[in-house]
Amino acid sequence: MVPTMRQEATMLLIHCPYCDKTLPEVEFAYAGEAHIVRPADPAAMSDEAWRDFLFIRTNARGPHFERWRHVHGCARFFNAVRDTVSDRFLATYKAGAPKPDLATLLAETERAR
Amino acid sequence: MSDIAAEPEIGLAFRETGAPVADGAFRVARRGRVERTRRVGFTFDGKPYGALGGDTVASALLANGVHLMGRSFKYHRPRGILSAGSEDANALIGTSRGPGRFEPNTRATMQEVFDGLAAESQNRWPSLGFDIGAINDAIPHLFAAGFYYKTFKWPRPFWHHVYEPVIRAAAGLGRAPHEADPDSYTARYHHTDILVVGAGPAGLAAALAAGRSGARVLLVDEHSEMGGSLLSMPEIGIDARGAWSFLAETLAELASLPNVRLLPRTTAFGYFHQNMVALAERLTDHLASPPDGAPRERLWRVRAREVVLAQGAIEKPLVFDGNDRPAVMLASAARTMLNRYGVLVGEHPAVVTSHDSAYATAFELADAGATIPVIIDARPTVEPVLLDEAARRGIAVATGHTVLGTEGRMRVSGLKIAPVTGGTIGAARAIHCDAVLMSGGWTPSLHLFSHTKASLVWDEDLKTFLPGQSPEACVTAGGGAGHWGIAAALEDGARAGATAAAKVGHLGRVHDFSVEGERVETGATIAALPSRGTRGKAFVDHQNDVTAKDVRLAVREGMRSIEHVKRYTTTGMATDQGKTSNINALLIAAEALGKSPPEVGLTTFRPPYTPTTFGTFANHHAGATFEVTRKTPINGWAEAQGAVFEPVALWRRARYFPRGNETMREAVARECRATREAVGLFDASTLGKIEVVGPDAAEFLNRLYTNPFLKLAPGRCRYGVLLGEDGFIRDDGVIARIAEDRFHVTTTTGGAPRVLTMMEDYLQTEWPDLKVWLTSTTEEWATVALNGPLARAVLAPLVKGLDIAADAFPHMSVAECKVAGVPVRLCRMSFTGELGFEVNVPARHALAVWEAIWTAGQPHGITPYGTETMHVLRAEKGFIIVGQETDGTVTPDDAGLAWAIGKTKRDFVGMRSLARPDLVATGRKQLVGLLTRDPATVLEEGAQLVEEDARPPVPMIGHVTSSYWSETLGRSIALALVKDGRARIGETLYLPMPDTTIAAEVVAPVFYDPDGARFHL
Repeated sequence: MVPTMRQEATMLLIHCPYCDKTLPEVEFAYAGEAHIVRPADPAAMSDEAWRDFLFIRTNARGPHFERWRHVHGCARFFNAVRDTVSDRFLATYKAGAPKPDLATLLAETERAR
Repeated sequence: MSDIAAEPEIGLAFRETGAPVADGAFRVARRGRVERTRRVGFTFDGKPYGALGGDTVASALLANGVHLMGRSFKYHRPRGILSAGSEDANALIGTSRGPGRFEPNTRATMQEVFDGLAAESQNRWPSLGFDIGAINDAIPHLFAAGFYYKTFKWPRPFWHHVYEPVIRAAAGLGRAPHEADPDSYTARYHHTDILVVGAGPAGLAAALAAGRSGARVLLVDEHSEMGGSLLSMPEIGIDARGAWSFLAETLAELASLPNVRLLPRTTAFGYFHQNMVALAERLTDHLASPPDGAPRERLWRVRAREVVLAQGAIEKPLVFDGNDRPAVMLASAARTMLNRYGVLVGEHPAVVTSHDSAYATAFELADAGATIPVIIDARPTVEPVLLDEAARRGIAVATGHTVLGTEGRMRVSGLKIAPVTGGTIGAARAIHCDAVLMSGGWTPSLHLFSHTKASLVWDEDLKTFLPGQSPEACVTAGGGAGHWGIAAALEDGARAGATAAAKVGHLGRVHDFSVEGERVETGATIAALPSRGTRGKAFVDHQNDVTAKDVRLAVREGMRSIEHVKRYTTTGMATDQGKTSNINALLIAAEALGKSPPEVGLTTFRPPYTPTTFGTFANHHAGATFEVTRKTPINGWAEAQGAVFEPVALWRRARYFPRGNETMREAVARECRATREAVGLFDASTLGKIEVVGPDAAEFLNRLYTNPFLKLAPGRCRYGVLLGEDGFIRDDGVIARIAEDRFHVTTTTGGAPRVLTMMEDYLQTEWPDLKVWLTSTTEEWATVALNGPLARAVLAPLVKGLDIAADAFPHMSVAECKVAGVPVRLCRMSFTGELGFEVNVPARHALAVWEAIWTAGQPHGITPYGTETMHVLRAEKGFIIVGQETDGTVTPDDAGLAWAIGKTKRDFVGMRSLARPDLVATGRKQLVGLLTRDPATVLEEGAQLVEEDARPPVPMIGHVTSSYWSETLGRSIALALVKDGRARIGETLYLPMPDTTIAAEVVAPVFYDPDGARFHL
């Protein structure tokens, strides 16, 4: 890939739950909001419900459940909770693992600081 | 103050400094840290000057009595230095370090002088002394706050032809260099326990405490010499020795510690997440002859466990009319010039202050031989000890006074001052002076701290913002945290260093420094000195030429937040990011709004702290290493044949193969004819290839692509269309079923990584139950395409293990066999409309197979063709190219590909969206062909289509997506996306061009062999 100014100023360290390593952001790609499951039978859905699946996103200010891919590593997609204000990762976890409880996560993060 | 001679207001006899001054006339004996024995020469605006080792351009010019160093941004007002550091707003110069090595907007206060340096002033024409642009100063009403939105609006055509070019030419800073940068730049990563930014007293104490503890420490400072304010305060005593002895011993100790690294000339310009701080280290800009091949700058990406920000505080200018004339400067600048560079900034400098710290400067300058005509203090009362010290030196102190204006053109020559009693300005008096030293107190430097999205807290006592909470592991120490003075900075820095050491597991001890020769200094904060509201200009932002009046005007015109005031007036938006101006703008805006400063807010500081070169950011990613160029195995052969190349995604592809003096059009016409009439050879190796393997491979592709794949037999190929979930075309390609559980999927050249990512995404996260394995094989297979009626005749003799006769190996077949002795995957398919084969060869054998086919084709007139001919031939057939005929808003039906949708499928990616109301509504743009009325006219791709041959504005109903000269048809052809296009076939539409309007008939998008008979030859 072509190096970009953005990559030059790369700053985040991200923990890959598959490799179990904390690695620089250049190895990863963002992949949108997490826990949006493709409906089992799209044909049965109303236009409104399908629109919501396609386009309506949380756009959180604060903790955000989102997907990342360790594209220049193990190439696996995984989930993360990142605070969109501080960019701090509260957790990363494997795809398919249950959504962590936010209150518990925030309490743990606070204790760790 | 009774001894100040009262003078009339008008008709003052002011001196102008016009005559040349002897070299170094303002150098003071036995002062400064410059190397007295090392003389260097440089030029400023072509005139040679002498300087001493250790000088900056600013100190060397001041030593020669030169205060006029530049012209201001908007009004072209003459300017000298404002400060002596990187925060200086005024003295921006261009520097030349040899051919191609010109750099604009360098701070004269930071550029070290070396032998042969050529510096020039900026933003003036024809010369610094006589500048036409200074007319702007006489018509300030045209340039008041928000002038972009108010003046120069009418008449409308004037904007493009008069106002914009003139304003662009007259406003601005230095000129951009034209040549490519001949310097090289480098970069490195660094990990450390503790990073200390700033090597003043706080930073040194922090580094010492942390370094002695054994922690790994990196100490950086933007100046050539470490020491910060200590460099300007030799008379302070620390631990029973002079400040400079203390400094030398401290630096020596730090340098001797193996766990400590010192980086001077290094600016920490950005603070990023998880304690990553970016540094720009200047390696050669101070050298007369840099070593060959030495990089000019180095980018450091430092990941520190703890960061101590010891950036100190920046002195605040006072806001009064004419506070920008050359030789009006911050008191700290004069102190630095005297003590660090041994330069007296004036023989009769007047002092204007609201803070004690300017007194020390006044006393030091007086002791060095200057005559201070008066210290004007805005405060009604001043500590008796200061008055006593002033009296001892015969310096008059005018307390409770304001400055109404300054005199002098190229250099300040006088002040007009008046007493202020109970808010009333009394009678004015004139003061002679040749410099004005001002101080409005100190502003903590919180830029890097703010980069961390930290909170700032307003301190009502200090009337300034102080560091609050940061999400990063950092602490601000010393002046940056509001601890004024050397003793306080040392103490706070030592504590910060020891604490940081403890956090990383080392035992840091706090050393108690004993400091002599310093008193606790206080001051008052004044938004702007009282004035009579005359026509003068009291500058807030010197670099962007924003005055107090502008800020007040912005408030009057409705700006309520400092963010709005900033954008309306441009205050703080210059290259100095308002280091000396933001706080004053805030105080004035708050006063005008009748609110407290924190209610009005503070604008956000962003990286970089000071302007940083593009070279530092680019570092190694320049020239040949700027980006990857992917080459196919046939690249060398094509080069030898004289091919002309074009970039496609990251690939380098042969565009056409000219013979002799052929033009592109001639070569492409010949290549087209040869392929249609005989046989053409094409390198299709750049096509993306993905091997899809596994028991569920067919099910997987069936769910992804619009077409049905479950019943595709092994040995057969099918054209596949890939949509996003939104129903729009993302990619296409031919998919060959090699075996029951194995597919050879091809993608567009640029789309390969995207398609693989999309496949992985669905496989990993939506359908993890499917047993499928994906492998990118783009570079494993080279693809040799053979097209034309004679293709079989060329290929057949080379094929072993397969009958490629028309019936035995029909169109859209795939088989494994040998070609020229090499195992290949042979497809019969065509992107040209002719009989076609694509030979997929393991890349290492590709050239051998290509050359074997080339040789075998000689008797048949085989002709190599490039991407341009490929485009023409496919357009004649109406085949789309994703990204050319599509733009992310085109559905299969829009592109005429409804036939490619599996009619019995209940679901595939994007299928549900094809039934969304907007995607089935009438009025969608559909792919059609266009034939120009004049067959010789080749349309421009991107040209807009309208219904009537009428003057604009007329509704645009579509655009040309592809357009070529068709040699086969002997005329031009084009493809276009047109609103309700298929219903318009037979209509004439129009394409308005700058000089003419072109008529074209809408036709079906297949121009050649619409029945596809030639595929099946």
